[in-house]
Amino acid sequence: MVKMIVSLTVNGEEHEIAVEPRELLIHTLREQLRLTGAHIGCDTTHCGACTVDVNGQSVKSCTMFTAQADGAEIRTVEGLAKPGGPLHALQDAFRNEHGLQCGFCTPGMLMRAYRLLQEIPDPNEDQIRWGISGNLCRCTGYQNIVKAIQSAAHAEHVAEAAEL
Amino acid sequence: MNDIATIPSPADRAEKLEGIGCKRKRVEDVRFTQGRGNYVDDVTLPGMLFGDFARSPYAHARIKQINKASALNVPGVLAVITAEDLIPLNLHYMPTLAGDVQAVLAHEKVLFQNQEVAFIVARDRYAAADGADALEVEYEELTPLIDPHKSLYADAPVLREDIQEKTVGAHGPREHPNHIFTWSVGDEAATEAAFQSADVVVKEYIAHPRVHPCPLETCGSVAHMDPVTKQLTLWGTFQAPHVVRTVAALITGIPEHKIRVIAPDIGGGFGNKVGVYPGYVLSIVASIVTGKPVKWIEDRMENLSTTAFARDYHITAELAATKDGKILALRSNVLADHGAFDACADPSKYPAGFYHICTGAYDIAAAFVSVKGVYTNKAAGGVSYRCSFRVTEAAYTIERIIEVLALKLGMDAGELRLKNFIKPEQFPYKSATGWEYDSGDYPTAMAKAMQAVDYDGLRVRQAQMLEEFKAGRSREVLGIGISFFTEIVGAGPSKNCDILGIGMFDSCEIRVHPTGAAIARLGTKSQGQGHETTYAQILASETGLPADMITIEEGDTDTAPYGLGTYGSRSTPVAGAACARAGRKIRHKAQLIASHLLEVHHDDLEWDVDGFAVKGVPDRRKSMKELAWAAYNNVPEGMEMGLEAVDYYDPPNFTYPYGAYFCVMRIDIDTGEAKIERFYALDDCGTRINPMIIEGQVHGGLTEAFAVAMGQLIDFDENGNVMGASLMDFFLPTAVETPKWETDYTEVPSPHHPIGAKGVGESPHVGGVPAFSNAVNDAFAKLGGVHTHMPHTAANIWTYARDLGLQDS
Repeated sequence: MVKMIVSLTVNGEEHEIAVEPRELLIHTLREQLRLTGAHIGCDTTHCGACTVDVNGQSVKSCTMFTAQADGAEIRTVEGLAKPGGPLHALQDAFRNEHGLQCGFCTPGMLMRAYRLLQEIPDPNEDQIRWGISGNLCRCTGYQNIVKAIQSAAHAEHVAEAAEL
Repeated sequence: MNDIATIPSPADRAEKLEGIGCKRKRVEDVRFTQGRGNYVDDVTLPGMLFGDFARSPYAHARIKQINKASALNVPGVLAVITAEDLIPLNLHYMPTLAGDVQAVLAHEKVLFQNQEVAFIVARDRYAAADGADALEVEYEELTPLIDPHKSLYADAPVLREDIQEKTVGAHGPREHPNHIFTWSVGDEAATEAAFQSADVVVKEYIAHPRVHPCPLETCGSVAHMDPVTKQLTLWGTFQAPHVVRTVAALITGIPEHKIRVIAPDIGGGFGNKVGVYPGYVLSIVASIVTGKPVKWIEDRMENLSTTAFARDYHITAELAATKDGKILALRSNVLADHGAFDACADPSKYPAGFYHICTGAYDIAAAFVSVKGVYTNKAAGGVSYRCSFRVTEAAYTIERIIEVLALKLGMDAGELRLKNFIKPEQFPYKSATGWEYDSGDYPTAMAKAMQAVDYDGLRVRQAQMLEEFKAGRSREVLGIGISFFTEIVGAGPSKNCDILGIGMFDSCEIRVHPTGAAIARLGTKSQGQGHETTYAQILASETGLPADMITIEEGDTDTAPYGLGTYGSRSTPVAGAACARAGRKIRHKAQLIASHLLEVHHDDLEWDVDGFAVKGVPDRRKSMKELAWAAYNNVPEGMEMGLEAVDYYDPPNFTYPYGAYFCVMRIDIDTGEAKIERFYALDDCGTRINPMIIEGQVHGGLTEAFAVAMGQLIDFDENGNVMGASLMDFFLPTAVETPKWETDYTEVPSPHHPIGAKGVGESPHVGGVPAFSNAVNDAFAKLGGVHTHMPHTAANIWTYARDLGLQDS
């Protein structure tokens, strides 16, 4: 199949890559750029394990063609903290509140929570539960994820994701 | 703080150890929160190819012809493997853990929808999928057999032509070509006599529908057969990697030492990743054929429709009792739908798992349990979905039927339980089905739970709401779901339990380095339970080395000692015990070294958190850090250098965790919607290693129980089309539906486990399912209801309310 050239800025780094028109963004991120944090859990846009941030919105990257992301600014879990710097408040909070177990949903959950806190800086429990309802977790029962997001919202450095 | 020996106070040193009982933060989270986990689909090797399956659209059909060229013509497709190609290798069938065989690729016939028909190998996953789509297969449709109640009809279609002539299966005589086994336990005559003479008997048909564990990560593997060294490396989603290595050696003929199985991080298992699947085998075959590494990763629809379902037990339960509520006998007959192949993952001697723990927490003098397994045109499986073998089914049976008995007696369901509990002084308690319960204090746990939820107050409120409903002033009723469950976990003693003839021991090997850091390897495999954190806590308490100085490794069969893996809540009861005992061996050797260094008899030394001190002279001590160093340069004469230990632990008995759960649920009669007002879970898992992780396990297990009871179902139409094999249909609760959980505990240690721990990961699922279902049923108990089946979706509850005539009032 004929490939096309797509430009992406991922975690602040610019890439020009050749993709088939049908290639999904999750596959480009995972297999071409080797950013394997985001995962594939369902193929039908239900589970949210593939969630990344595209142009300031949470996107399930299994349902976006890479071609559609041409020119986009993308942030993945690997870009949540500065390389070598302290972890993002959400990353600390998920660990401190035991907001993860198998870790498979975690990168998508973190990226959704990151965007949610930009949308609603101090969300109440209901807003968090609705806000992450596109991301499934099979292990935690969500209770500690909710606590983690609440705790991160109150941390001082919450807005300080790595500058891109 | 690596050198804790300088801290003067023993209590402060103990805290710094982060041993048993502390809420240690998880080691695993550091990589998982940064996207640095390493799951099987993250494994990439140079030249790696991708495999994908062409699958059957029919549940029962004869394969007339496969046109390989149709797929081989697709750009990027390199090979098409069918059963015909596997026959010369004798790989078209593989043995199952249940003593049956399972088709690796369908040979002549397909037996369930989405069965594997051909394996397409291609340069990338898109081309492999194109090839699978393009493959032309000609089928002749046959009559499907979907209802297990009809499997043994004289005119039922014969499903398994490959074993049609076998009159004896792995578990005894077969009475019909679609019959797998009939297995029974208990005293049938004594049970019948008790039923004959009892004041009160109840009998209920209780279906436990087919569901699926559905971990967020699907199954997959990467196989690399090195064409030069003939060494096979297999990465995959394996809850039991060592067993996979042995099975791979047995079915491929590759010597076991030439096979290295690696289970990397696993994205949840819940029983789905215990078995061996055709995809694993075909990734190996394809790697041998192509000389390249080959990756196979399921998509969600394949996962839900082909790999290891759970439950599908069609249960008849009966209780006999005196009129004042003393239970005299239990009888349960089960029809078990195992699908097209018997691929249940149970210890060899137990084709129905430990279903016969279904006498539960009660002192019942007589019991008889019989389970009949049959074939249908559905996917194979029957794994334990977040429970020990068939223990959720067992807990559901007793906890549902005891409610039916309470209703018949006109007794309060809580009071009936209290009246029949095994008493603390009866432990160790021998059950009528042959188990020996190790320990427990059920009345104390129940009393604590009843008080916490204000049980009497709840019943008053329930009666008031019922009055309001009957008076036409409200359309809501209240259900109070009680579940007092007892599990049997930690399989298991080799006298009872083996898998393919291998005893179900587990193991720990620990190596302490000169500086007092250590690595320990185990035969189990975490799928999110946090083993890297908790095993280190056990070892910290036992060896006096800080948990932060101990690396835990699992999952690589080249480095880890042999073990039977993680499922059935066996990691803590079995491998956790091996950990403790290996730690004690380290400590014992350290004591001899300390005696040598301090020039006193080793009996004159006492353990002091992280080292040994001369009795009565606490200043004369050697810390473990010092003793580890000495192990490499100054040991007593005749002693080997080094500080290593290994322990293979064959448990003397199972462990029997238990708990008291209460679910308070409001049900809207007109919409069928159920709102969980409150869920209280009290667990007794014996010694508590990490309370934070225990709480997390309970939250997660309750959420899965909620999903099973209130919504999950793998359903089929009359043609055998699977009706709910994507997350569009299969219910996985989001944060919005999921209730809030309250957790509590009592702590009765296991008397035979080295640290008294019993395991907890599955309790909330086992106990949770009946709690939710009892709440729904209880809501209708005074409105003419006796029993309604799961899943309790709004539609099903609405229909039930309508059938009870409640919607015209």
